[in-house]
Amino acid sequence: MGLHVLLIEDEPNIAEAIRFILSRDGFSVSTYGDGQDAVAQVVSLRPDILILDVMLPGQSGYDILGQLRQRAGFADLPVLMLTAKGQGRDRETAARVGADMFMTKPFSNAEILAAVRSLGRGLTLRGAE
Amino acid sequence: MPFNLLVVAALAYVISLFCVAFVVERRAEIGAAGWLRSPLVYTLSLSVYCTAWTFYGAVGYAARSGLEFLTIYLGPTIVFVGWWWVLRKLVRIGRQHRVTSIADLISSRYGKSNLLGVIVTVMCVMAATPYIALQLQSVTLSFGVFASATTDGWAKPNGDVTSIWVTAGLAVFTILFGTRNLDANEQHTGVVTAIAVEAVVKLVALVAVGCFVVWGIADGPRDILARIDASEMANWHMKPSRWTGLIFLSAAAVICLPRMFQVLVVENSDERHLATASWAFPLYVMIMSLFVVPIAVVGLELMPEGANPDLFVLTLPLAQGQGGLAMLAFLGGFSSATSMVIVASIALATMVSNHIVMPFWLSLRPAKAVPGDVRRLILLSRRLSIGAILALGYAYYKVSGGSEALASIGLISFVGVAQILPAMLGGLFWRGATRVGAVLGLCFGFAIWGYTLFLPSFGAEAALSAQVMTEGPFGITWLRPQALFGVTGMDPLIHALFWSITLNTLIFCAGSLVSFPSPVERVQGAAFVNAFDAEPGGGQGWTAQGEAGAEDLLVMAQRILGDDEALGFFEAQAVMQGKVGYLPDPTAGFIEQLERRLAGAVGAATAHAMISQIVGRTAVSVEDLMAVANEAAQIMEYSAKLEEQQDALTRSARQLRDANDKLTQLSVQKDAFLSQISHELRTPMTSIRAFSEILTEGDLPPELVTKYGLVIHQETKRLTRLLDDLLDLSVLESGTVQLNLDLSSLRSMIDAALQSASHTRPERSFVIHRDLPGEEVFLRTDSDRLTQVFINLISNARKYCDSDAPELRISVRRKGGRVTVDFIDNGSGIPKDKQSLIFEKFARLTDQTKAGGAGLGLAICREVMANLGGTISYLPGQWGGAFRVTLPLRLEKPKA
Repeated sequence: MGLHVLLIEDEPNIAEAIRFILSRDGFSVSTYGDGQDAVAQVVSLRPDILILDVMLPGQSGYDILGQLRQRAGFADLPVLMLTAKGQGRDRETAARVGADMFMTKPFSNAEILAAVRSLGRGLTLRGAE
Repeated sequence: MPFNLLVVAALAYVISLFCVAFVVERRAEIGAAGWLRSPLVYTLSLSVYCTAWTFYGAVGYAARSGLEFLTIYLGPTIVFVGWWWVLRKLVRIGRQHRVTSIADLISSRYGKSNLLGVIVTVMCVMAATPYIALQLQSVTLSFGVFASATTDGWAKPNGDVTSIWVTAGLAVFTILFGTRNLDANEQHTGVVTAIAVEAVVKLVALVAVGCFVVWGIADGPRDILARIDASEMANWHMKPSRWTGLIFLSAAAVICLPRMFQVLVVENSDERHLATASWAFPLYVMIMSLFVVPIAVVGLELMPEGANPDLFVLTLPLAQGQGGLAMLAFLGGFSSATSMVIVASIALATMVSNHIVMPFWLSLRPAKAVPGDVRRLILLSRRLSIGAILALGYAYYKVSGGSEALASIGLISFVGVAQILPAMLGGLFWRGATRVGAVLGLCFGFAIWGYTLFLPSFGAEAALSAQVMTEGPFGITWLRPQALFGVTGMDPLIHALFWSITLNTLIFCAGSLVSFPSPVERVQGAAFVNAFDAEPGGGQGWTAQGEAGAEDLLVMAQRILGDDEALGFFEAQAVMQGKVGYLPDPTAGFIEQLERRLAGAVGAATAHAMISQIVGRTAVSVEDLMAVANEAAQIMEYSAKLEEQQDALTRSARQLRDANDKLTQLSVQKDAFLSQISHELRTPMTSIRAFSEILTEGDLPPELVTKYGLVIHQETKRLTRLLDDLLDLSVLESGTVQLNLDLSSLRSMIDAALQSASHTRPERSFVIHRDLPGEEVFLRTDSDRLTQVFINLISNARKYCDSDAPELRISVRRKGGRVTVDFIDNGSGIPKDKQSLIFEKFARLTDQTKAGGAGLGLAICREVMANLGGTISYLPGQWGGAFRVTLPLRLEKPKA
């Protein structure tokens, strides 16, 4: 069983596509579509990698990540943020709240796969130390 | 003619004048002054120059001194024809600085010095006193003429009683009209019009008497000329020195007399009226003097030896049994006297109140205290002043015995006010003229006038003893009142005029040259001398200090100008500063404007003092700098200009800042909109890209191929819909949408909409309640567009109504020319805090999966309804979600 990826994304079609791509590569993927209780979801599922959309119903991805980083045990969780807004400001905000990687929609399958893989490699390196 | 009839006629005449003034004032209040502010009325009001002295006295003058009476008319004619540019400058300055009187003009010019205001006021009051006495005397005399001519047993009325009644009556009339309200620019439209009416009456009366004399008594012009040749007047010789002096005197008086200044400058509503007056007034004066000589000659011929020639205008018609004509002449003389007294006492009362009473009252108050109800105080002080001035006139009349010839009394006044001339002309044309020079010149000239002319006029032993008159004070012969510096043999009047004006001018010039003007004087001097250069010119140099609370200034302005006017002024100033809805900043420019406005009510010096009390400093931070640099007046002028420019810059900066704020706001909105569009476009594209890549990689089970193919198809449709909506919205918003108006029933449109919307969540059973009879309305509108709105509302209800047994009620009402369609479902409705958002673009309240649209639907509905001349709104307080569409029954095609 590969690394566990939690995908928080409200667009079911996008979630399905990412799930398909990552599962095919050996990750185990769970998806969640609401921002409101996303933090609780992450805390209870304890994923290895988090993919987080910015525009979510209920609560924005920035807010979720901000809260998450405050919690014990989640400071180092590798996080990839996705946004469809695509403004330079968003990238800065993402970095400030503690995202490890940031991608603008639309992206190619290869791009997102490479991003998640590199986050995963970071984890294995850290584990080896 | 019964004496009582005469009294009744005079009373009726006064009352009718009263009505004229009253009606005019009313019209002016409602802004319908119209022709009342015409050059004609202005010119006629100037005829206040022609008093009873002109009306009765000119004939007497001609009978005694031949053509010399003409000098009194030649002076004004020369001024109006040749010196109109001086008058224009006076009028311009008067308007620019809201000058309220001649004392105010002098005080304002010389650094808003109240000392000068007081001096000029005192001079004017003293000089005008004999003149007012003259009017009282002439009216009393004319009453006496009628009384003595009564044949039916009426006792001759007591002259003393008559004069008291005349004085009191005039005081009441003047108070009623001159001080009814406190006008910011000190104009009295009603009074001026009444004066113009009186001008017509006196002209008609004199011309009528003249015509009667020429054609009724004599045999036409030729006969009159023959009689003149035969009379003593043919032997009359001109005395050049007296002529020159008198022409100069009357020229000076026409500018300097307080009442002339009042009608010429203060009451002037339009500078251009001066152009008409410059020929029309001399013409009026010429007609007034046309018949003087014939009346005098015929009077001397026909009237018994010893008859007073001053009354020929009255006594000739009476002696000829022309009662009606005599009555007209009486009214003419009455008009001349009353108009002079009214205008003069209004002008003097303004001066007394502004320069003596108000400053005195202000000085009694602690600094910074906001004055109480100043308006009432000002009005009261003016009323008392009017009473006091008339009382003085009466006193002079009693003391001087009322026996002198009318003309000589008038000339005494003329010489008195002529003393103002050097300071005034110097102030207008010489920037070097200073306050010290003006004070000294005025005082000397005035003292000489008093000593050589005014005091002796009370008669021997009255004011100056006979010994002083013949041997000089303390035996100093070169100080004899009528032979100063040993110059003897001169006509007393010309002697007084020569010495007073000469010394006045010399001392004024010398004083100005040796003294140094204060900064305020420099600024005012520059503003006066260069009145034509800078229209708004003449900054008094208020420094824009924050100490002056705009509120304090407002409170003060309200007390003086009245609530409405003060608020209006402050609002207008705030708008100019770009601060709509707030009090204006107390900038230098604003305070200056306010000061001028107040100056219109209380005079320049008082306004300056009052503002200083609040602003806390008497202007000009440059003062120290001035003393050090000792620069020329140009510096001040330059700095005043700079300050003005700085004000303008501050104002434009504020406006720019506001505009910039608006642009920033718009830009933020635009960014948000673009960001939203970007999101709406990128989201479906992400799915499409991902799945198309997955599909092209092949190696997929066929059911996934189908599934992912369908996703791509869905997302493509979503993109198309979004683009359609955006285009639709942009067309609707730009107002360039093409409407296809047709006539169709509401019912068919709702049918079509229900049909279309049934594709939304078809799995739900949805109960629709309709009002079919109500829907039988034919609308002239764009039915496709309206149906589009209905579809949107119905699908929204289908989408969002969260009831287990969803229902939608569509009800129709007609009201006037409009029809209202309500769509009310039984769901939980829209939360209160979101209700104001739903018609905005991209205002999706739930998550987008459920919605399936980009959140433009209601925004489009709103635009459609605006284009259809209707509205769409959310109805709060219903059971569920409720929308109301209102539109006209018949939409008129807008003009292309």
